[in-house]
Amino acid sequence: MNEYELVTDVPPDYRIIGGMIHSASRVLDLGCGEGGLLAFLNRSRSIRGQGIELNEKAVHECVKKGLSVCHGDIESGLLEYPDRSFDYVILNQSLQEVRRADALLTDALRVGRQVIVGFPNFAWIGSRCRLFFQGRSPVTAVLPHRWYDSPNVRFFSINDFRDFCIRKRIGILAAYYLRKQRTITCLPNLLAELALFLLSADNTNS
Amino acid sequence: MRNNLNYLDSPKVALGGLSKFDYAKPVETRYFSFGEPPAELTLQSGEKLGPVTLAYETYGRLNSQKSNAVLICHALSGDAHAAGHHAGERKAGWWDNMIGPGRAFDTNHYFVICSNVIGGCKGSTGPASLDPATGKPYGLSFPAITIRDMVEAQRRLIDFFGIKKLLCVAGGSMGGMQTLQWTVSYPERVRSAIPIATTARHSPMQIAFNEVIRQSIIADPAWRDGRYYEEGQPDRGLAIARMIGHITFMSETSMEEKFSRNRTRDSQGIPFAPEFEVGGYLHYRGNQFVKRFDANSYLYITRALDYFDLSGDRLLAAPRTRDIRFLVISFSSDWLYPSSQSHDIVRQLKRGQADVTYCELNSTYGHDAFLLETEGETTLIGNFLKNSYERI
Repeated sequence: MNEYELVTDVPPDYRIIGGMIHSASRVLDLGCGEGGLLAFLNRSRSIRGQGIELNEKAVHECVKKGLSVCHGDIESGLLEYPDRSFDYVILNQSLQEVRRADALLTDALRVGRQVIVGFPNFAWIGSRCRLFFQGRSPVTAVLPHRWYDSPNVRFFSINDFRDFCIRKRIGILAAYYLRKQRTITCLPNLLAELALFLLSADNTNS
Repeated sequence: MRNNLNYLDSPKVALGGLSKFDYAKPVETRYFSFGEPPAELTLQSGEKLGPVTLAYETYGRLNSQKSNAVLICHALSGDAHAAGHHAGERKAGWWDNMIGPGRAFDTNHYFVICSNVIGGCKGSTGPASLDPATGKPYGLSFPAITIRDMVEAQRRLIDFFGIKKLLCVAGGSMGGMQTLQWTVSYPERVRSAIPIATTARHSPMQIAFNEVIRQSIIADPAWRDGRYYEEGQPDRGLAIARMIGHITFMSETSMEEKFSRNRTRDSQGIPFAPEFEVGGYLHYRGNQFVKRFDANSYLYITRALDYFDLSGDRLLAAPRTRDIRFLVISFSSDWLYPSSQSHDIVRQLKRGQADVTYCELNSTYGHDAFLLETEGETTLIGNFLKNSYERI
């Protein structure tokens, strides 16, 4: 166990992503926000990181943390990068905010050797209950926004994402499922709030 | 070496203390000369120029390892007086709100150098300088200069200080072009670069403005093919040139906010005297400008801008450029050097897998924002520079 895994204030998704990534690798974080994940990976994995973030204030926070970040839209920010210019491209909690999610994933798999996608599972039992019993759009810890102010434009489940990967011949190298601080192994599409996939363009590994 | 700086943890606090600070000692412009024949400066055109004088100022102290030097490059009409006050003068240097103790370019930590470009008229060798061959001002016999030549001259000054590697080169507008040129000409001598509100390539629109600017000077009969130094310079033409420039430095919003359609008070019977405040402002800026700037210098420097082109991956022609950390800044309302041009710079750097940070700061000031939006610039530059210094 690495020392960073003992730090309790590190969010569980950060720890899982940290575990997926090799030391000293080149990492591109799409929608990096205030740079919490990149800063964590810098500390724990000595990565060479680069972020892309749309929010100006968040860009300032990243620069404060000493990170390299480009202010802009992730949907158009990948074009310039040569093939395989990163070891990992991360889309943690940002894919659901992207309109052309399929095109972005395709480009991410071109730019990175591997792609890490973290997303809220729309089919989590809590969401299902709210929809089924209350007849209302889910508002949960991982989907905290209401229908009218949500940045999310794509709502998908773990099963949806698996189907997508099969159809697009994307290799799933690993998958982790989370409910609060704990990992879930049983019935993830029903019981997990968050999912993290490690993907590769080469589907022979799956 | 690892430098520990904690002074920027709270930039707001640092900013709050600014107005209280007073420069204990006035700053002064110094002069550095090189290129005595036969060792003249060979220009990009192949012509030789020498001797060459550079006017420069420095702020802060160079450390013993000479690792804390920051070169500030000025814009079209700027000069070496970037910060502080000259003795007996109330007006501070042109980027005083960014350079000084506790500011973005913190002189408690960094040694800041700013020099007037060659071709300029603020103490460095330019068309108004005396040609040693004739004893008269060069005028149009002054050779054509480029942004690369400006950088070449600055490099001699950096050599003179014995600085092997600059911590940072930074500048806005034309200063940003020099910054980019530094990373191409001398990538091994630059740790980090901050090109602000600038472009890798002067666009047809920018060239078009400069063409009209130059023609307004040339059309003034007082210009006399550049031989006006005894009779006095073409004030009308130069003032109009500057008026055009000032339109491009503002934005529609900033003009609306500053002037709206407000009327001037009195035309005093002068036909077609400006009736609107915005016109009065342009006249005022134009008339002020002719008192401090040489018309031929304006011709030479605007042409240097037009020649500038580091597009098509020329920015990363040297592999060492990829070792430089870049902070690219643009402003949302700048239509003279729009964000799209900064995007082009960033795209080139991304293609080359260089270490690049980019931020478009929200502003209504237009191109002038690089001199005015100091809060956003201070946060970005202060932290970026601190981090670059800590990485040494």
